[in-house]
Amino acid sequence: MKRIVPIGPYHPLQEEPEFFKLIVEGEKVVDLEINIGYNHRGHEFVAQKMTWDQVTFLVERICGICSDSHPYAYVLAVEDAAHVTAPPRAQYIRTIIGELERIHSHYLWVGLAGHFIGYNTVWMWVWRYREPLLDIFELIMGNRNHYAINKVGGARRDILPEHYSKIEKYLDLLEEKNTMFTKAVLDDPVIRARLEGVGILSKEDAVAYGVLGPTARGSGYATDVRKDDPYDAYDKVDWNEIVFDEGDVLAKAKVRLLECSESIKIVRQCLRNMPDGPIETRVDEIPPGEGIGRHEAPRGEVFHYVRSDGSNMPVRHKIRAPSFMNIPSNVVAVRGYSIADAALVLAAVDPCYCCTERTVVLRNGKRELTGKDMLRLSWRKTERLRRRYRR
Amino acid sequence: MSVVRILFSYIIFPGFIFTALVGLLLTWIDRKVTARIHWRVGPPWYQPYADFLKLLLKETIIPEGSSKVLFLLGPIIGLVAMSILAVMLFSMNLNPGNTFVGDLIVMIYLLALPPLGIMIGGSASKNPLASVGVSREMTQYFAYELPFLITIAGIILKAGGSIRFGDIILAQKASGPFLYSISGVIGAIVILLSAQAKLGFVPFDIPEAEQEIMAGPYIEYSGVALAMYKLVRAMMLFLLPLFLISVLWGGLGDWWAILKFLLIIVLIVLIKNTNPRIRIDQSLRFFWLGIGILSVVGLVLAVYGL
Repeated sequence: MKRIVPIGPYHPLQEEPEFFKLIVEGEKVVDLEINIGYNHRGHEFVAQKMTWDQVTFLVERICGICSDSHPYAYVLAVEDAAHVTAPPRAQYIRTIIGELERIHSHYLWVGLAGHFIGYNTVWMWVWRYREPLLDIFELIMGNRNHYAINKVGGARRDILPEHYSKIEKYLDLLEEKNTMFTKAVLDDPVIRARLEGVGILSKEDAVAYGVLGPTARGSGYATDVRKDDPYDAYDKVDWNEIVFDEGDVLAKAKVRLLECSESIKIVRQCLRNMPDGPIETRVDEIPPGEGIGRHEAPRGEVFHYVRSDGSNMPVRHKIRAPSFMNIPSNVVAVRGYSIADAALVLAAVDPCYCCTERTVVLRNGKRELTGKDMLRLSWRKTERLRRRYRR
Repeated sequence: MSVVRILFSYIIFPGFIFTALVGLLLTWIDRKVTARIHWRVGPPWYQPYADFLKLLLKETIIPEGSSKVLFLLGPIIGLVAMSILAVMLFSMNLNPGNTFVGDLIVMIYLLALPPLGIMIGGSASKNPLASVGVSREMTQYFAYELPFLITIAGIILKAGGSIRFGDIILAQKASGPFLYSISGVIGAIVILLSAQAKLGFVPFDIPEAEQEIMAGPYIEYSGVALAMYKLVRAMMLFLLPLFLISVLWGGLGDWWAILKFLLIIVLIVLIKNTNPRIRIDQSLRFFWLGIGILSVVGLVLAVYGL
């Protein structure tokens, strides 16, 4: 007998609006329906009504956890359109903040994963060592979150030399604790019993769904913008790409924990090699044309596209967040496992629902989100744009 | 006069009110120790009482289309069973002669009633998540009850084949607690883990798994009914360690019993905080294969008097 077990429309744990409809037989999940679109905010549209500099702060508000990733990708896109590069010091600063953000985001996930399997001690301990990192963010940029470090053509704030030692000290602490957590996760037989062989996403499925970030790297699909298409300081430092072939939740956890130690390595090297000099290039106007920016956010590649007509506003701004690619892969990852595993598997891609929100067409109170509908809408919009810019 | 005394013992001491008050205090110890393990501060001592009073003032919502009687019967069954169990445990510990044939069996049945109440109330609430929780509760009940009963059989053997609770305590007074033998240690491990499962603590909080099925059978409960469930849980936290001490660790005869009691509570809280929740199939395998075989070994050892 098939029954529906709902997770959502307001997720009881992640506290974000999404709806997973688990179709179960007894305890076994046979299918999954994913509904999004409860809280669409129309960032792309709003961005087209703002000046180039204002948009940096707008896209920062897309997501609270990767609040550096969206502006990072956006400024890379605008710099691409304007044919400028940031000065070396600014590049290093942005790389450091990007990597510190990866550590804080991965720690957030490890803690939540502990909570999802009912292991609240892991949750509290991991978040305890994430806390000093937020203090460092506050020290450098004045905010624990929403750092506002990015600017078209450089960085808004400098990392002062007296802050280096504080960051180094934290990295020492973190390195020790990260080794501890990695060992604890890998050695605990009960954790292994819960995570190993659960929610397997095969490499074929990973490629077919086009998943990104740790989700892909845990399935043996090596994709990382930092390696494939290095930007800023990523080609000037030495680090390894972490890839595991198993594809289960344990592999994803291992990827995230080991990536944290790679991030520590990157930040250390950046601090050591940081050149002196200005932290921004003046960008006076964006010439007509288009630009793309890609940044490896903690959850995978975040992609921004901007088009300029030479005015002070983008005429088109397109954002693709990694969770949008990762969440659909849950359909294959969760099939055949029990309800107990489902909550964990759905969380294993480290979903960010506010990045994923898209507009939804409702007809007679029923949700109509077919590919055809969206395609037609998109055609209509392209037609409108063409008519507008033909003149 | 005797009617008044019986009513007093069931309602005030050591029955309902005393057990409830101590049980709520124990949930505070649980929360405080958990908080210290988590590097948190933890609540003040009156927090469980405040929570309980708050729930009493809230509206009790009964879901539409559910059986009102069964829905409200769920928590009451557990509450009554625990009150009676408290009276039996105390009166027989303080006065071992005050016993009757088969009272140990009655106690086992009383311990089985709270899960039954959860099952009845949960399935009456007509919620898909609650029904998943009920099916898990049922599986879990059969999982932990088997090794628990085998261990009790071993204890009965050690007490000379008597199914009187008073005789078990007297036997321990005569020849030392059963715990100080191999089969006694095995029995203590089995009963402790079964108690963990009966209490619904991690790693065996599978039936209510808030992260998976959002508290399962309790999902539709609110107000007074939920407060009663919380109270049943608190009373069990008080009575299960008492039961363990009574049948294995020499009864409640002396002041050492308080120390033993606190030790067991801390042990339960530590197990709760150093383990993730396991899956229901893993729990079944653990109790039937792992702990079940262990309890059979304990029974065989008890036969040979070890």
